[in-house]
Amino acid sequence: MTDQEVMTRRPVNAPPKDNNWLTPIVWGVVAAAIIGIIWSGWTAGSGNPILFNNQKTHNWLVSAIFNPTSPAQKIFVMILAILLFIVVMGLILWLIDRPRVPNGVVVAGFLGPIIIALATGLLWSAIKTIFQSFRKFDQFGTDIGWNGFKNYTHFFTPAFSNMLVNTVLWVFLVPILATAFGLVYAVLVDRTRFEAAAKALIFLPTAISLVAASVIWKYVYYSPSAPGNPQVGILNAIVTAFGGKASDWTLHFPTGTVALIVVMIWIQAGFAMTVLSAAIKAVPDDIVEAAKIDGATGMRLFRSITIPTIRPTLVVVITTVAIGALKTFDIVNVMGGNLPANNIIANGFYNNLSVQQYGLAGALAVLIFVIVSPIIVFNVRQMRKSEAIR
Amino acid sequence: MTTTTPPLIVVPETVSGRKLKAQMRALDAKTKLSSPWASGIAIIIALLWTLPTIGLLVNSVRSQPGPSTSGYWKFFNGPVNFTFGNYSNAWTGNGGGTPLSSYLLNTIAITLPAVFIPITLALLAAYAFAWIDFKGKNILFVAVFAMQIVPIQVALIPLNTIYVKFGLNTSFWSIWLSHTIFGLPLAIFLLHNFMKEIPASLVEAARVDGAGHVKIFLQVLLPLLVPAIASFGIFQFLWVWNDLLVALTFSSTNTSPITKGIQGLTTQFASAADVLPAAAIIAMIVPLAVFLSLQRFFVRGLLAGSVKG
Repeated sequence: MTDQEVMTRRPVNAPPKDNNWLTPIVWGVVAAAIIGIIWSGWTAGSGNPILFNNQKTHNWLVSAIFNPTSPAQKIFVMILAILLFIVVMGLILWLIDRPRVPNGVVVAGFLGPIIIALATGLLWSAIKTIFQSFRKFDQFGTDIGWNGFKNYTHFFTPAFSNMLVNTVLWVFLVPILATAFGLVYAVLVDRTRFEAAAKALIFLPTAISLVAASVIWKYVYYSPSAPGNPQVGILNAIVTAFGGKASDWTLHFPTGTVALIVVMIWIQAGFAMTVLSAAIKAVPDDIVEAAKIDGATGMRLFRSITIPTIRPTLVVVITTVAIGALKTFDIVNVMGGNLPANNIIANGFYNNLSVQQYGLAGALAVLIFVIVSPIIVFNVRQMRKSEAIR
Repeated sequence: MTTTTPPLIVVPETVSGRKLKAQMRALDAKTKLSSPWASGIAIIIALLWTLPTIGLLVNSVRSQPGPSTSGYWKFFNGPVNFTFGNYSNAWTGNGGGTPLSSYLLNTIAITLPAVFIPITLALLAAYAFAWIDFKGKNILFVAVFAMQIVPIQVALIPLNTIYVKFGLNTSFWSIWLSHTIFGLPLAIFLLHNFMKEIPASLVEAARVDGAGHVKIFLQVLLPLLVPAIASFGIFQFLWVWNDLLVALTFSSTNTSPITKGIQGLTTQFASAADVLPAAAIIAMIVPLAVFLSLQRFFVRGLLAGSVKG
């Protein structure tokens, strides 16, 4: 900000020095909220819930807010939440929107809510999970002391070799194949008459949930029928039509993982295609024309002009899909039948979480964190680069 | 599209014969990419991508026990066995299980606040980072930016302890708060990018007119940011609507969304097989409708980096 800007602003926003006691008080409230939430989370497990005890009976209003059962209660609490949010935020904005409010208080009004949310919900939670990944928990989820690195080494044993191998397969196969399909398709339909419709077809799976996608593919991989009966799954029908033997595609290692990876590719190719298509269209026409005049055609033009120009975008797409593949557990959870043969780290995390093995779950969460952070840093750097080119 | 071809037709008077030949060759190269082979491959890929969904759609309207005893293609060469009964059974929970209508209501009750609240908070934060000067702004912004690397798995267990402590674990509040927290870092980052693109002169002009930050935010910037809000809003909407992990971790029997409901149907596959295809189609309708009607904003958000890392 230049001096001139400060000068023009001063009459409006700059606070008189004398009432600057307000700023530390407001920020003190923000800090107190953070500490209060962290403290109550730390001491959890002891004593009663602070707001609502679902062991007791409550009247309609209280149970609508904390334990809604009827449709009316659910709609009521949804509207209440939105209205409450509007009223609280409106009140905050109304309070800070007056001439004599110090700048620090205005900032607290704009940023306070997200600072509280992120400091407690993400920062503190991440720290506590890292802490818990070194603790031992009994079968009721009660912390019973230090466990060293045992939660981590637990997974680097032969019993979990499938999980680790599968995760590697997911992180490499999904991004590479999804990007390859997306790129080929984007090039093939580029500047054709049906481009918009053709792209929408591939893009549609991006919008639906991984759970619904898993149901869709369940009928592709449907297990073999009893001898003499028609096949239900289209894959087994095709295989048997060509004289092959029907099999259970999602039960064994590593075919099960490959089958599940295909589903993820099916979903992610649309994303890759859309982003790459935009990048291809942004390749400057004069470069393409120059190459054509030099005699480059078809494949050669694609290899020596298009690919190098969109390389930063390609890297962004591949890393973004890889991050998704590492963190996604829905397909394995829904389709994989919870078999060790199909397990991946993200699914192992949820399995341990659901049986209250917080130490083991925490170790896997930290493992995801450790693997994913460098990819994201790399991804963001490349995104900056590709934006600079665009 | 043919936007680049007309100039080629206009140029002959001004270009030498040799160059013209080269340009004709270039035209050939362009048409080569759309050769029959290329179209064939494109059609095959498009079919591969569409057939599984069509299969589910067909299975959802077949009378029982069709979907679990023969392939969906048998629907077309047997006696007419079309029915909407699967949909009504799924919707009302006929034949056991929670009715899908109740899961769908939960999904709606979860989605609306979980989209509205994080976007509003992120807009306020993005404004502060873009247009208010204060001490420690850069450090704070980098800290918020860095939050994007935290995978949500890392935050789930401690958040659950906090919710249990406050007695929120049977309510929608835990789900709303979780989606808000997980959506914020990316929302702030993206909306900040959009906010930065607005010319400083507009904001300065409003300041000179005596408008405070709240007025500038509400009256100058908010109307200009509607497309950006739409772009990110669609993403947050699809994440929340399609989410399974947060739902499985935080929702109780009374607050389970449709994804958790369908996940439950698949684990008891034999008994729920009749309604499963119809249930999955019902779960897909709303996101598909939103996606198709607002695809323009969706693509814009995608290109701006709206993908949760």
